[in-house]
Amino acid sequence: MTDDVVEGQIAQWRAFVQRRRELQQPDADELEDHLRSTIAELIEAGLRPDEAFLVAVKRMGGLDELSREFAREHSDRLWKQLVLAGDTGRSKSGWLGWLPMVVCAGIAAIAVKVPSLFGVDFDDDFWTRNFALFGLIPLAAFFAWTRRMKPLGIGVLVLLFTLGAVGANVFAQDARGTEDFSVEGLTAVHLPLALWLVVGFAYVGGEWLSAQRRMDFIRFTGEAFIYFVLIGLGGGVLTGITYATFQAIGVDVDPFVTKWLVPCGMVAAVVVAGWLVEAKQSVVENMAPVLTRLFTPLFTVVLIALVVAFTISKGGIDVTRDVLILFNVVLIVVLGLILYSISARDPMAKPGIFDRLQLALVISALVIDVLVLIAVYGRTGDAFGYTPNRVAALGLNVILFANLAWSAVLLGGFLGGKSPFRRLERWQTDYLLVYAGWAWIVVFAFPPIFGYA
Amino acid sequence: MRLTKDLVAAAATPLVLAILAKGESYGYAILKQVNELSGGELDWTEGMLYPLLHRLERLGHVASVWRETDGARRRRYYLITDQGRAELAEQRRQWTTVMDTLKGAWHTTTHPLLEA
Repeated sequence: MTDDVVEGQIAQWRAFVQRRRELQQPDADELEDHLRSTIAELIEAGLRPDEAFLVAVKRMGGLDELSREFAREHSDRLWKQLVLAGDTGRSKSGWLGWLPMVVCAGIAAIAVKVPSLFGVDFDDDFWTRNFALFGLIPLAAFFAWTRRMKPLGIGVLVLLFTLGAVGANVFAQDARGTEDFSVEGLTAVHLPLALWLVVGFAYVGGEWLSAQRRMDFIRFTGEAFIYFVLIGLGGGVLTGITYATFQAIGVDVDPFVTKWLVPCGMVAAVVVAGWLVEAKQSVVENMAPVLTRLFTPLFTVVLIALVVAFTISKGGIDVTRDVLILFNVVLIVVLGLILYSISARDPMAKPGIFDRLQLALVISALVIDVLVLIAVYGRTGDAFGYTPNRVAALGLNVILFANLAWSAVLLGGFLGGKSPFRRLERWQTDYLLVYAGWAWIVVFAFPPIFGYA
Repeated sequence: MRLTKDLVAAAATPLVLAILAKGESYGYAILKQVNELSGGELDWTEGMLYPLLHRLERLGHVASVWRETDGARRRRYYLITDQGRAELAEQRRQWTTVMDTLKGAWHTTTHPLLEA
């Protein structure tokens, strides 16, 4: 009844229909059937097939209007739903898609209880050093499994995690510092970062040379963090209700909650969060860039106000260790804001007001950082000299400063139309290796340098 | 003559239910029948009909089944449910009341434009 040309046109029209979120597969089928009926009738009335197609499409009206009418009846469709029960028609349907997540989360929950068989309580120092290993190995295993990594890549993962375990338990334990925030504490902070980047190696399926895959991992990090926090909030409610209700009937659940529910739930939540990000990748809008958009202007205002207040008050900064850490946090936040706006930005888009705002944010952060560094420099001559904590904080500071300074140059170049946006993106993804290097140095080189001295 | 949007919308449900009460049908055929019954005065769009059918299905007034048509294609047929029949009867009562009232009102009042 219709010729090939019209078939092609119908297929094209259908593709347009399916791009609408309000119109789903059955709707497309139904509307296509309608279109075909109209075309058939028009051909019968004497029109040529291609003419009939044009008239039929015209009669159906604009897709905008059509989708609006559908949206009124199916407003729920505008809320993208994360269907956990396996999307029909997908390649990995049903429980098979769940299997790696369930197994890895289960292993995590069981593994976290193994040390207590050997008498290691959850308030033991052992956990300060090792919690990252228990949370992140199952997640890395999940990715190694779902990405079908080759033996070589799995070997690299095993090697790196073994190194992490050695660093945490042999090096750091031998080198217990005397300071309150000891070498052991530094390991506790830096090992998770080092291991997280190892998870990144599993996430990109071993293709760590690809800048694009590294960017994907940055995106994943932001989303996984948000999901983990959300799951944590839910877990908090669950814990609270468990406590309150059992207390009301006179049963003490404290041992169960602190020894089972919280630790097992936490490590399992790491895997679940990672899996959720993967599962909903194309379903829900990325949240990290949205939060970034929201907070970039606010942080810019605060930082500029801080610079102004500093110049007016003329008072020095009271450089304690906390202040140093505080300003590292400021740099990390600014860096995060840049990172996540890059991750969602169309690299081909022209520079806009938001990019200018970002440059202002970076520059004000750099100014504050310089002020802090000057103050710190004046303090290193005291009796303590270069303690591990100071070196760690300063080292991190230098790394973040270098990143932000060059980012400011690249952003400025981009706004001036001199350098493409891709360069900034590339700079940030390449810099992941610097973080990895630094985290491993702190884990491995600090204990021998400071501990054995 | 152009019917107002509200009037078209109000008449849509009983009309669809009445058509389906005569036997199962599908979107295109329903649209054609509405056109014929109204002598071309009621011109429904697809954007109005299909969401309406889906709404009636959600409410339980109609049910739908996919049937194969000439080979690989499939077509969605709608059929009225018992609940739909009850709804149709109820709507019919309401419309009769409205129409009787209007007829009565138009009979007693004389409008200068209608007198001629």
